Amino acid sequence: MYPHAVSSILLARSGKAAIRGRLLPTAARRLYSSVTENDNVEPIRGLDLGVAHSKLLLRTVSAVRSNSELRTLGVAEGETRKMNMCQAVNDAMRHALTTDETSVVFGEDVAFGGVFRCSVGLADDFGRERIFNTPLTEQGIAGFAIGLASMGHTAIAEIQFADYIFPAFDQIVNEAAKYRYRSGNQFNVGGLTIRTPCSAVGHGGHYHSQSPEAFFAHVPGLKVLMPRSPVQAKGLLLAAIRDPNPTIVFEPKILYRSAVEQVPVDEYELPLSKAEVLKTGKDVTVVGYGSQIYALENAIQMIERDMPGVTCELIDLRTILPYDAETVAESVNKTGRLVVAHEAPRTQGFAAELAAEIQERCFLRLESPIQRVCGLFIPHPLVYERFYMPCAVRTYEAIKNSLSY
Amino acid sequence: TISSPLATQIPQAAGAAYALRRDGGKQCAVCYFGEGAASEGDFHAGLNMAATLGCPVIFYCRNNGYAISTPSVEQYRGDGIASRGIGYGIDTIRVDGNDIWAVYAATKAARKIAVEHNRPVLIEAMTYRVSHHSTSDDSSAYRSKKEVEDWSKRDNPVSRMRAWLENKGWWANGDDAEIAKSAKAEVLHAFSAAEKLKKPSIGLMFEDVYDQLPPELERERKEIDALVRKYPDYYQVHDFARQ
Repeated sequence: MYPHAVSSILLARSGKAAIRGRLLPTAARRLYSSVTENDNVEPIRGLDLGVAHSKLLLRTVSAVRSNSELRTLGVAEGETRKMNMCQAVNDAMRHALTTDETSVVFGEDVAFGGVFRCSVGLADDFGRERIFNTPLTEQGIAGFAIGLASMGHTAIAEIQFADYIFPAFDQIVNEAAKYRYRSGNQFNVGGLTIRTPCSAVGHGGHYHSQSPEAFFAHVPGLKVLMPRSPVQAKGLLLAAIRDPNPTIVFEPKILYRSAVEQVPVDEYELPLSKAEVLKTGKDVTVVGYGSQIYALENAIQMIERDMPGVTCELIDLRTILPYDAETVAESVNKTGRLVVAHEAPRTQGFAAELAAEIQERCFLRLESPIQRVCGLFIPHPLVYERFYMPCAVRTYEAIKNSLSY
Repeated sequence: TISSPLATQIPQAAGAAYALRRDGGKQCAVCYFGEGAASEGDFHAGLNMAATLGCPVIFYCRNNGYAISTPSVEQYRGDGIASRGIGYGIDTIRVDGNDIWAVYAATKAARKIAVEHNRPVLIEAMTYRVSHHSTSDDSSAYRSKKEVEDWSKRDNPVSRMRAWLENKGWWANGDDAEIAKSAKAEVLHAFSAAEKLKKPSIGLMFEDVYDQLPPELERERKEIDALVRKYPDYYQVHDFARQ
């Protein structure tokens, strides 16, 4: 079961007992794209899946206190507050708006709080001159943001869904990314940050599910991030806003509500271009980012359950451009095996880049071909989403293939 | 900064103007583009955003009748670019683009509106492109030489200014011969001096992609360094300044 918050709520209401072990009667069958909550089947065998059960989230204050990265940043001992990911995003923007008078937040529907409520309360506290709606035009939003940033102001632009970022592609690629370079550093748009909800949500279909990070990972001059949790989202977004390069932050929308952590209330910036090793292991390196981390966590649990003695190392890339190849290479030099997973379609997806780079750096150390577990090379489907996704089961199979080559 | 994609500067001007408004210095942005670029999506996005968000920006469209080989009758079917401003709720004026004083007056009035009311103004300046589009273009392929000569004789902004100055007694025929000669010499001198300059050092190719050099670019720089040292004659390194 992967983290489909909406459908799991609805299925829970229908009563788990009714569906365990057999098909739902037609009248009660939900027409959603998620798999059923029939978690006793192979290969799940009762394992609790998804972000709701993840051990990677910092759910308790003590988890925050003992987190080494937060300790290094000096916020591990301070006050924390329970936040989901959209509240963490809101908090990061608050810190930016409070400390930088030139910062503004804009996009479609952000003034009332945003369609995902990430900008709730901001207009009340900072005013409509700083938190404002734009007309419905992504190319306009991006161009306007570039103009603001070129004047040294801080532009925090929202693209309502990553699926709609493409009209802004010209502005982002041909203008934002090249601004500093083409002017010999006379001008720059470092104050530009674009944030946009991405990735599968269970019912998004072609145009509310895409993960387009690979398109932007191909552009010199841009930075591209994808956080996996509230603590990560707050620290990475604030770092992105303050980083003096144009940055795109892709926020997996399914995590907005379903990922909940204790988050330090003080401001902190997580390091960009630094991957995080979430779990150490000796036999295989497993790399992902965003909501995919939870599918990978489950796949690893199944592997370690079914192959006692085998341990997997889980890495969250966090920054997709410029990415931390060093941490991945160091891990693969230890384990000899690599599995990369992302929701975006396999061909020409980011896993292809990582696979090429790591085979170049670790060729003689590799014990098996690098596995890529990705979305199928089809438009993100609706009813077929369970087959499309690089879910825990498909990743589990890939890790097994890697280990048994 | 310069870029080739057309009209991208239009929504950027709206954003820059918004920054100027927030800075409170009573300044405005001015944004120039041709009637061809005004067909781009960015034009519509930029004007609409400037109007709705209250940006002190002057949008100045130079309508010179051609976008490379495409005459304006193939560029739009409405009443020029000015009619679009009305659609966006923007104060608009069409002006004789070859009349320097008309352009000056219109721009001055536009600036007053922009900075005092924090709203955009659209100026459509009508003119005619006498020259070829670029050095890669020979416009006799799509228009008659006679059309160009007629326009140049009948409605030439430089001649009109000259006539106006001569009328005022502020310029006499022949005053410009010496200036033309020395200006040309100055340009040619600068040109040949620039031609003698070395191209920037090769390492600079990797600077300013980001504010700081990332590890990947450091690696590529080393790779190119090694290649260039190995095959200097192929890479013609003597054309470039030393590191």
